[in-house]
Amino acid sequence: MDITLKIRRFDPENDTEPHWEAYGVTVLPTDRVLDALHKVKWEVDGSLTFRRSCAHGVCGSDAMRINGRNRLACKTLIKDVNPDKPITVEAIKGLPLQKDLVVDMEPFFDAYRDVMPFLITRGNEPTRERLQSSKDRERFDDTTKCILCAACTTSCPVYWVDGQYFGPAAIVNAHRFIFDSRDEGAQQRLEILNEREGVWRCRTTFNCTEACPRGIEITKAIQEVKRALLTRAV
Amino acid sequence: MTTDASTQAPSELVSTGKASEALDTRFEAPRSAAPKVRDPRRPDRRTNFELYAWLFMRLSGLLLIVLVLGHLFIQMVVDGGVQKINFSFVAGRWSSPFWQTWDLLMLWLAQVHGTLGLRTIINDYAERNVTRSWLKALLYTSSVFTLLLGTLVIFTFDPNI
Repeated sequence: MDITLKIRRFDPENDTEPHWEAYGVTVLPTDRVLDALHKVKWEVDGSLTFRRSCAHGVCGSDAMRINGRNRLACKTLIKDVNPDKPITVEAIKGLPLQKDLVVDMEPFFDAYRDVMPFLITRGNEPTRERLQSSKDRERFDDTTKCILCAACTTSCPVYWVDGQYFGPAAIVNAHRFIFDSRDEGAQQRLEILNEREGVWRCRTTFNCTEACPRGIEITKAIQEVKRALLTRAV
Repeated sequence: MTTDASTQAPSELVSTGKASEALDTRFEAPRSAAPKVRDPRRPDRRTNFELYAWLFMRLSGLLLIVLVLGHLFIQMVVDGGVQKINFSFVAGRWSSPFWQTWDLLMLWLAQVHGTLGLRTIINDYAERNVTRSWLKALLYTSSVFTLLLGTLVIFTFDPNI
């Protein structure tokens, strides 16, 4: 079938503002938006720039705004995004645009680093593995699924304001360790998320939960961090 | 985010710019930097202010539903509706400590609730730090004024003027 892709192009060396450009390509309804982008890049215009690595929904590098919603291009089928009309593809919002569909991810990873997404323990290292019951593992299972694609954080209207809010992805990854029975850094992470730009800026608009390609219940995770902070303080 | 990319990205990730020089750009494996404060707007404050503000919004909201709806019902519906309200009606109500407390509680809860709500809106919509601090200064000044004036009137109301 013939479809039209409307891509928001930006070449930092020649353009001052991004602009929309339409491309007609022939694809199967069961192709993915990423396949259509490949067709454009490989057969129509080689200067089209976007990120993708694994192309199978695991690496998290091809998050983009497709028909106004953040999705992974490699997990979105053409038939699911109304191919009768032009399909709009643009870079995720809220991060500095570098070229075409590529944004600077550093502010996003800065927020991720700030919540210390690694195991923190005290005392001597055990001689064997740190055991954990399946019930304890279940507690934070949902938030282990994050692939850091930034679809959630760049769908959050509070993050769009000035990019100072930690954003859903950082909170999800803090949640993953805060509720891990083997980790002992929960208090430090809660302190960080208790700051002015922490969980209290969340407005529970659920944009993040809707955007997550991994189906993580992000808003719920943020609320659980809020509850942990409340029960600690009150 | 307003800072340009070269100050944001770690030095090993910044390319030298021109396309011809891009070939010389070396990329080291990305590594995590130590956690740091990203912006002076995010000071290293360890207080529970945001937590209590968030909690206050919820609790005061619940109380205000009762207080405000009760207030409106008494003023507008019972005993002949809005026509009954005049100076002597207000004077009569404020001679009772119960209504003084009710109105005082409603004034304080509604004023602080509204101020915190507007503070959130300013934080969300004002993009520049200067605009933000001016709007908030205006907001805090006006709400402190309204609070003090209202409290003064409730406590010093003289029905004989």
